[in-house]
Amino acid sequence: MFSRAYRTAITVPPLVWVAVFLLVPYLLMFCYSFWSVSESQAIVHSWNLDNYQELLTKTVYWHTLLRSMWIAARVMFFSMLLGYPLAYFLSFYAGGRKDLYYQLVIIPLWVSYLVRAYAWKTILGTDGVLNTLLQYVHLTSHPLDFLLYSPFAVVLTLTHIYTPFTFLPIYASLEHIPRNLVEASHDLGATPAQTFWRVIFPLSIPGVLAGATFAFVLSLGDFLAPLLLGGPSGIMISNIVVSLFGAAYNWPLGAAISLCMLALVLGLIFFSERLEKKWSFQ
Amino acid sequence: MARVARTLLSANLSSAKTTTMATTSEPVAATSNPPTSASLLSIRNVAKHFGKNIVLRDISLEIAEGEFLTILGESGSGKTTLLRILAGFEQSTSGEVWMSGERLDTEPPYRRRVNTVFQSYALFPHMTVEQNVGYGLAIAKRPAAEIQSRVAEALAKVKMSAYAKSKPSKISGGQQQRIALARALVNRPRLLLLDEPLSALDANLRRQMQVELKALQREVGITFIFVTHDQEEAMVMSDRIALLRSGELEQVASPREIYNRPATSYTAQFIGHTNLLHADVRQGTATCGALQWPTSLPDGAAFFSLRPECIHPASGSPSNATIRFRANLRDQAFHGATDLLRVESAGGLILTIRAASRDLRNSEAPLEFEFSAADAIPVRATSLSSTFQERA
Repeated sequence: MFSRAYRTAITVPPLVWVAVFLLVPYLLMFCYSFWSVSESQAIVHSWNLDNYQELLTKTVYWHTLLRSMWIAARVMFFSMLLGYPLAYFLSFYAGGRKDLYYQLVIIPLWVSYLVRAYAWKTILGTDGVLNTLLQYVHLTSHPLDFLLYSPFAVVLTLTHIYTPFTFLPIYASLEHIPRNLVEASHDLGATPAQTFWRVIFPLSIPGVLAGATFAFVLSLGDFLAPLLLGGPSGIMISNIVVSLFGAAYNWPLGAAISLCMLALVLGLIFFSERLEKKWSFQ
Repeated sequence: MARVARTLLSANLSSAKTTTMATTSEPVAATSNPPTSASLLSIRNVAKHFGKNIVLRDISLEIAEGEFLTILGESGSGKTTLLRILAGFEQSTSGEVWMSGERLDTEPPYRRRVNTVFQSYALFPHMTVEQNVGYGLAIAKRPAAEIQSRVAEALAKVKMSAYAKSKPSKISGGQQQRIALARALVNRPRLLLLDEPLSALDANLRRQMQVELKALQREVGITFIFVTHDQEEAMVMSDRIALLRSGELEQVASPREIYNRPATSYTAQFIGHTNLLHADVRQGTATCGALQWPTSLPDGAAFFSLRPECIHPASGSPSNATIRFRANLRDQAFHGATDLLRVESAGGLILTIRAASRDLRNSEAPLEFEFSAADAIPVRATSLSSTFQERA
C-alpha cells in the first residue's frame, strides 16, 4: 500500500528515539550495576556481583524498599477508595454534567507536581492551614507535628496526586459497560446493590487493576513527595537511588537498586496485565 | 373499603375490555388465540414527554392473559419507549399501568413480574450461558437444585443445552438470542416483553425464529408483548397488532382485520401494499380518475384502499359488483408465484396489481382489469410520516 521508502521514513525515527533514549540508558545501567567504585571514587569496569550482594545483605535497603511498598500499597488503597466511587458516580449518575465533572477531575493534572506537593506542605506544616484551624477551634493547644515530615504526609500527598490516575481507567471501564446489562439485571429482579456487585463491579475489574497498578507503581518510584514531606521516617527507595547517584557517588549500587526496582515493576505490570485479560470480555 | 375499591376496579377493567373487544369483532384466524376475557395488563392514558418532545400521547390498551400482542411502528414511533415504560426503565409522564389489578408503573423494574428480551440480547459477558439463565433465580435465592433443574429445562426448551458452559462471546447471534429468551422465560414472568429480538438475525434464521417463538409462546402460555418495525413479522406472529404512529395508537386489531379493514390510510399503506384512491363521492358513487364504483359514503372527498391482489385481469362477463377498467402496463416485477404490475388507466391513475405470474411485458395494447366494489375499503385520511414515504 505504502512505498518501502515511506514506511522506512515513518518507522525509523521513533525506533531511533526508543533506542537512544531508552534502550541505551538501560543497557548502561545494566553494565554499571556489575561494576564498582574504587577508593579514589572512580568507576572500576570490572564485572562482579558485589552490588547485588550488598543489596541482599544490608537491611537498610530492604527496610526502605519494604517501607516504600507499604506506602505505595496505602496510596493504592486510598486512591481506589476515592477514585472508584468518584468514577462510579460520574459514569452512572452525573447525567448531563458528566463532562464538566470529568474536566474537574483532570484539571489538577495540569498543575505542576511540585506545586501540589508544596501546597500540602503549607497545609500540613506547624504554622500551616490545618494546624492553625485546629488551634483556632481549640481541638489542640500545640501544633500537631506528625502531620508533616512523616509517612502520613507522603501517603496523603501521593494519594491526592495519583487519585486521577486510578480514576481514569476505572471511569473508562465503567463507561464501557453497556447500560442494557444494568437494565437486564434490574429486569431479572436484582436490586441496584445486587446489580453493582454481580454485574457492574466484575465488569470494571480491568479498570480497577489498571488503576491500582498505576497508583502502586507510580508511588513506589516517587522521590519528590518523600523528599519534600517525608522527613527521615518517610524516606523511600528512590531517595536512596537519588543520593547514590548524587552525593554518595556510587553509581553502580544505584544502578543495581534501579534495576531491581525495574524488575519488580515490570513483574507487577505483567501480572496485572494477565489478570486484566482474564477479566475482560468485550 | 379495599374490597369496594377492588370491585369497582374490576368493573372498570371489564368495561374497558368490552370496548376493545368491540373493535376486534372481526373473526380471528383459527390459528391465533382469541383474547380471553381476563385482562392481564391495562395501559391507561399513558403519555411520555422527553422535554418538549412528545414521544407518546394518551396510549390506552388492554392486553389479555396469554395474548401475543405486537406493537408495530416505524422507528421513532415510540414503540420502544412504551415497552421501556412497561419494563420500568422509563417513567411515564402521565397515565397508569396496571397488571392483574395492581399498579405496575410505580414499582421499580426489579419488583415487576415482567421480563424483557433485549434487542441486543444484553447477556452478561462475564457469566457462562448457564449462569446467565440462572441469574434471576439466583437473585430470587431459589435453592441450588431447583436453579439447576430449571436452567437445564429452559436451555432444553430453546435447544441450547450443549452450550451451558460457554461464554456468550463464544456463541452466534441466533444462539445468544435463544439464551436471552431462556433467561427471561426461566423466571416464569406474567408478561414477557420482546424489543425487536429478531432484528439482528439474517432473513432465514429470522423466519425460523418467528415460527419457533410463536410456538414457544403457545406452549408456555405467557403473555408476550413484541415490538417490531417489520409489518410482515407482526402479521405472522401476533394475535393482535397495535399500530403506533408518532406516539399515538393508529389501530389495534387482529392481523387479518388490520389488513382487510384498515381504519386509516396510514394503516392501509403501512400494513402490506395498497392503492390509495383519493375519490370524490357523489350520490352513492365514488369517482377516481376513470374508475367509478358504488359506495354508501356521504358526498365529498374520501380515501379508499384497494389492495393489489383485489384487482384481477378481467375474465368472463362482468357482474354488477365488479368494476372493469382498461389500463396500459407500465412495469412488471417478478415475485415468484405472483407478479407485481404497475398499470396506468385512463386519466393517468397508476395502480399496483398483484396477479398470478405470467409475462405481459410484450403486450402493447391496453389490458382489461376488474375489481369488486366491496374491496375498495373507505379509510380515514392520515398523513404518512417522511420515513414511510421514503420506503413506499
